[in-house]
Amino acid sequence: MSTSSGSGSNVGNGGSAAPALSGTPGRPPVRPSALDRLRASARLRTLVGAALPVGWVTLLLLLPYLFLFAHSFFRLRNGQLTHELTLENYQRLFGTPLYPQTILFSAGVALRVTLASLLLAYPLAYLLAFKVKRHRDLLYMAVIIPLWVSYLVRAYAWKIILGQEGILNGFLKAVGIIDQPLTMLLYSKWAVMLALIHIYTPFTLMPIYAVLEAIPVSFKEASQDLYASRWATFRNVVLPLSLPGVIAGCTFAFVLSMGDFIAPTLLGGNDSALMVSNLVVSLFGVAFNWPLGAAVSVVMLVMTLVLLTLARSIEDRMNYGGQAEGRTGGPGASVGRGTLHA
Amino acid sequence: MTQPILQLQHLTKRFGLGAAAVDDVSLDVAPGEFLTLLGASGSGKTTTLRMIAGFEHPTSGEILMDGQRLTLLPPFKRELNTVFQQYALFPHMSVRDNVGYGLRMRKVARAEIAGRVSQALDMVQLGHLADRAPRQLSGGQQQRVALARALVNRPRVLLLDEPLGALDLKLRKEMQLELKHLNRQLGITFLYVTHDQEEALTMSDRIALMRNGRIEQLSRPREMYEQPVSRYVADFIGETNLLAGTVAADGRGGGQPVSVAVAGLALSALTQRSVRGGDKIFLAIRPEHIRPAEEGEGPNRLPVTVRDVVFTGVVTRVHAVMDGGEALVLHWPAGSSAPESGTRLTVTWDPARGSCVDE
Repeated sequence: MSTSSGSGSNVGNGGSAAPALSGTPGRPPVRPSALDRLRASARLRTLVGAALPVGWVTLLLLLPYLFLFAHSFFRLRNGQLTHELTLENYQRLFGTPLYPQTILFSAGVALRVTLASLLLAYPLAYLLAFKVKRHRDLLYMAVIIPLWVSYLVRAYAWKIILGQEGILNGFLKAVGIIDQPLTMLLYSKWAVMLALIHIYTPFTLMPIYAVLEAIPVSFKEASQDLYASRWATFRNVVLPLSLPGVIAGCTFAFVLSMGDFIAPTLLGGNDSALMVSNLVVSLFGVAFNWPLGAAVSVVMLVMTLVLLTLARSIEDRMNYGGQAEGRTGGPGASVGRGTLHA
Repeated sequence: MTQPILQLQHLTKRFGLGAAAVDDVSLDVAPGEFLTLLGASGSGKTTTLRMIAGFEHPTSGEILMDGQRLTLLPPFKRELNTVFQQYALFPHMSVRDNVGYGLRMRKVARAEIAGRVSQALDMVQLGHLADRAPRQLSGGQQQRVALARALVNRPRVLLLDEPLGALDLKLRKEMQLELKHLNRQLGITFLYVTHDQEEALTMSDRIALMRNGRIEQLSRPREMYEQPVSRYVADFIGETNLLAGTVAADGRGGGQPVSVAVAGLALSALTQRSVRGGDKIFLAIRPEHIRPAEEGEGPNRLPVTVRDVVFTGVVTRVHAVMDGGEALVLHWPAGSSAPESGTRLTVTWDPARGSCVDE
């Protein structure tokens, strides 16, 4: 079973059901049997059931993207949005060093956040899946619960910790390491990365945990039975089987932190302008240059889609089926859908 | 018996504070033997096997292989291999890489690995599927790969944890014979866990029937079938009629005849252990040993009424009730026409075919 079924196949069913329904009157007039009526009503239900999600997706996802896409080709004349089509926005985007640089810088930040999240999340997921027996659910909840707290609150919490009169400075002063509060803590790209790591590590952890937990204990036992030490078992069996979760988790962390604009706004200070999402915010807001903002957004969207497709195809190739199947593509572990709709 | 290859000495395993899963089990396994741990779920047979493999640590007791203490060694340092219940084939490796895994972990030379792997795959007739992924194989084929993956390492002892449980009946019967042949042919000791008594009877040199973490009876299959030591064994192995009765006079045991009162009738049976007059016991008689009596024949005569007659293909089973209401099953002799439901009959059996067993 591939991970690609889901809403996509619903659409397919709905589409193929429609002609079958309308085709019925054309057939020779045979009195419909009870089974036929049952089939017809099942088809109708499929159709209605498919119409709702398809409607949602069109209204809330496809249309906005379409508007965005269209705007990126509109011309701005004297600060007025016109509906003349032009490639100017893209020419300016790629012609001005600021924009590609900002995108690259953001990607660099996102990459570092991703690596740090992975280094934190993998060992923790491993412990949760294999070593913790008694309070596993409790510990898992402890990792997940911060997600229930508003993003803004979590970002502000870092302000309180890192600020000049903040908790960290207070602590360092109290133990005598410093005598003047450090000003470099807050309002730097480091503060932004710290907050992003904190916020997106659970997203990295969840798919890795889901995949690790789905690995049957008997795989590890079989490996040890075949003379593999604990480390060799991890390297040859557990790690390769967990890679789909690692890829899913890293994609979450990368895409979400690359597109983040709240943490840079709150914690980034002067560095915040270096993140591409903040650039988009200011293009749409202060600069009132919607077309250019839309063009930057489209470029980011394309980058994200390429990344997701790549991750998805690697994941599919590693979907070994067999006994761990189904769960590997299960909740949390699938990249393609989850993130796009998030 | 020659020097045992594997010895369990007072092996006990407790999980938490509950009753022992394995309770003071001692067992010697001879080299090349096919020994089956048989029992219902929860009898401790799998836990025993897992302790031998090294996946569980015994609470107390010792495991010895060739006289060497094995008890505390991790699984990867034990000279034995396991065939798992759900095969546990690595899904991210080809069949060939699965089979070669143990040799690779032991750093065997690459050329030798290739040779031994293809030899092992040929042995289970899967040489042509070496490059497939495990999920592309049928259950029976996966089972053979699991077998090859263990046997390629030439272990002294092979542990098998209900390896045929997931296969259909026909395939299971084939594999039973094949396993038996491999055991003979390779001279590897097989320690086999199953809950299927027929499977145990088919393959084993000896059976250890486990109940509540203890070995209830350890004997050759035929002995276990013909001379069960307890009502539990008689009931577990094959089909048995168990008639509650009272011993009429003291018996010395050792296969001597003894008279037992069942529902007011004096019946004769053999007893392995000594009994005293007045002891409450069960008389165990196999359905195939009961037959309709000729006029005036034999010491054991039991009047019954026929309830149902069932033709199963191999035998015709007659379900009857005794006058006191107790059910009795017998296999009707081939070639004679079966009785109608409601017929009154007198049945009999050779006293040597009935055994006294405890509650």
